[in-house]
Amino acid sequence: MTVLPPGAIDCDLHPAPPSVSALMPYLEPHWADAAAHRGLHELETIAWPPNAPLSCRPDWRDGDARPGSDPARLISDAVDGFGTRYAILNCLYGAPMLYSEDMAAGFARALNDWLKAEWLDRDPRLRASITVPPHAPGLAAEEIERAAEDRRFVQVLLPVMGETPPGRRINWPVYAAAERAGLPVAFHAGSAYRHPPTPVGWPSYLAEDYAAQATAFQAALTSLIAEGVFQKFPDLTVVFAESGVAWLPAHLWRLAKYWRGLRMEVPWVDRSPEEIVRERVRFTIQPFDAPEEPDAVARLLEHLGSDDMLLFATDYPHWQFDGMGALPEGLPADLVRRIAVDNPLSTYPRLREGKP
Amino acid sequence: MTVEVLDRPSGETPAEATLRIADCDIHPSPKSLEREIHPFLERRWQRHLERYGARPRQPFLNGPAYPKGQPDAARRDAYPPAGGRPGSDLAFMRAQHLDPNNVGFGVLNPLKSGQGLQNLDFADAYCRAINDWQIAFWTREEPRLKASIVIPYEDAAASVREIERCAGEEDYVQVFMLNRTAEPMGQRRYWPIYDAAAAAGLPLAVHAFGFGGAPITGSGWPSYYIEDMTGHAQSSQAVLTSMIFEGVFDRLPGLRMVLIESGFAWLPALCWRLDRVWMRMRDELHRCKRRPSEIVREQVFLTTQPMEEPNRPRQLVECIDWIGWDRLLFATDYPHWDFDQPDRVLPSWVDAEKRRAFFTDNALRVYGRQMP
Repeated sequence: MTVLPPGAIDCDLHPAPPSVSALMPYLEPHWADAAAHRGLHELETIAWPPNAPLSCRPDWRDGDARPGSDPARLISDAVDGFGTRYAILNCLYGAPMLYSEDMAAGFARALNDWLKAEWLDRDPRLRASITVPPHAPGLAAEEIERAAEDRRFVQVLLPVMGETPPGRRINWPVYAAAERAGLPVAFHAGSAYRHPPTPVGWPSYLAEDYAAQATAFQAALTSLIAEGVFQKFPDLTVVFAESGVAWLPAHLWRLAKYWRGLRMEVPWVDRSPEEIVRERVRFTIQPFDAPEEPDAVARLLEHLGSDDMLLFATDYPHWQFDGMGALPEGLPADLVRRIAVDNPLSTYPRLREGKP
Repeated sequence: MTVEVLDRPSGETPAEATLRIADCDIHPSPKSLEREIHPFLERRWQRHLERYGARPRQPFLNGPAYPKGQPDAARRDAYPPAGGRPGSDLAFMRAQHLDPNNVGFGVLNPLKSGQGLQNLDFADAYCRAINDWQIAFWTREEPRLKASIVIPYEDAAASVREIERCAGEEDYVQVFMLNRTAEPMGQRRYWPIYDAAAAAGLPLAVHAFGFGGAPITGSGWPSYYIEDMTGHAQSSQAVLTSMIFEGVFDRLPGLRMVLIESGFAWLPALCWRLDRVWMRMRDELHRCKRRPSEIVREQVFLTTQPMEEPNRPRQLVECIDWIGWDRLLFATDYPHWDFDQPDRVLPSWVDAEKRRAFFTDNALRVYGRQMP
């Protein structure tokens, strides 16, 4: 078992509202009325059916309660359980995917206020990401500005599959606002389901949808690089959360090869994609789609080519591993320290501020 | 515009000269539609093509969705001196590629074939014409070259008819699809095609590109050709995932699949992920009986081009070690710009047995052929 050092920072945990009605006190009157009058249904996305095996580890389940909906359980299972100094909450509730930009923004604001009141105020070790409507970049930027005043919000959260490829200029107001606030932007596995999640149409199975998340991260990385986001926003850090990680070396070999052949098409990409990624993109480590053999893990880490890119995460309550095995076997102790402590601290400036 | 063309002396002996190689991805073009394709196309469809054009599920009538990096996506030096498009002149293909690179077995993969067109009847007629053309203009003239059965895969019944019509002709070595289908390829609307391929004993070849209508990313259409090109690897991963999880390989344990022109270095990470997901959600994947990595080790092959290029070539060799040296079929993609040169693709220290498998034996085994 790879042992965590003291002060470890868990960069991906998932709190969930116990039901849509839990958000009512935090919705502005217009949206609360609309929700009541229209009989708004629950808004979890098809990516995380609550009873699916991946959605919650068996020993983290609590009867019929929605996985991740009880702060006390999350704190005892994950924060106390792994002895983490900080835990970053990424709420995957589907409300910001509502098609109406205004309604999505209204619910995103409510989610952020709910996170503050029901979670962040409860335990000083908790931090959170700002939820925004991914298809309404202007409204998203406004929400970033509003929510970022609370320094316990440490990053901006988007689904890896939105309405347009993430690098597209239409999305740049989000990156501008994040950069201004000194916040990394996290892309997390999941989709707003504006398009089929695979390049060849809608799959049949949840397992296929989940497998496709890794390919969605590949496409998102290509888009962010090809569109020049990293040149346009030189102080922006991007985090890929729950991406699977192991796909990265092969994707970069391919992308760098085509960049060498086609850089005349994207002249603003002024250095190799590999360099850009090693400097500017960070990856949470669960799931880590590597084989179990320490030798293969070591080789894969060498192919990644940097010790600075990985961030410790449990992906609580998702069922990625059992027991305390949140990190691959056989990692050298100094690498474990970087993944668990140093890399998160350098990725999230607000975690270096101490008490908010 | 100034065009610089590499000066490749034709008399030079390439490093792989002692080994006759297989090239599993060569793209032929007709010199002229009127002279080469129309003889195989009913009058009615000739007229249809003239009036309505070949309309795919993308914006442009005559070109690709993303303008290529160079004309015809071709090597600058691949234009036949006698005129015509790259890949349209057999004599020049022999002189520029087959002879100097010592290609003893070459698989023709026609790309402008009617596959994926909106009008299914026209797609069917055009695919038939392309199949007849490959035999008449290429394989009868050059025994080193073999043909692909192109099928209008969005119409499974018509595809089965075409497989059955062609399968008796020895020069066809595979059933050929493009990977951007309208729905994920494992879904049951396509199953009759796989049944027919397996019954004919032919591998199912799936080449990058196509016009299924879904954007190549789950976030919609990207802006650039470089995104489309890197995206083929993601499309192939989705295709393979669908074929495995829908149980196609379990229904047809004799079916062999060849993924063409989407690279291969992504395969180990995909298998690790699919094994994990399969273990976690086996009750959902009731048609998939075997561990995904095991299915791949038995029934899936990949052509090599465009080979991923890590800065340290050793890492690519480690990646092939993970995949297995019996899985990869060498391909150049002649006459396209991202052609892989056979004497450059593997580090010199890779041993002779592995080179032989990689360049020749795997292909002959998959296609059940000898060097002509």
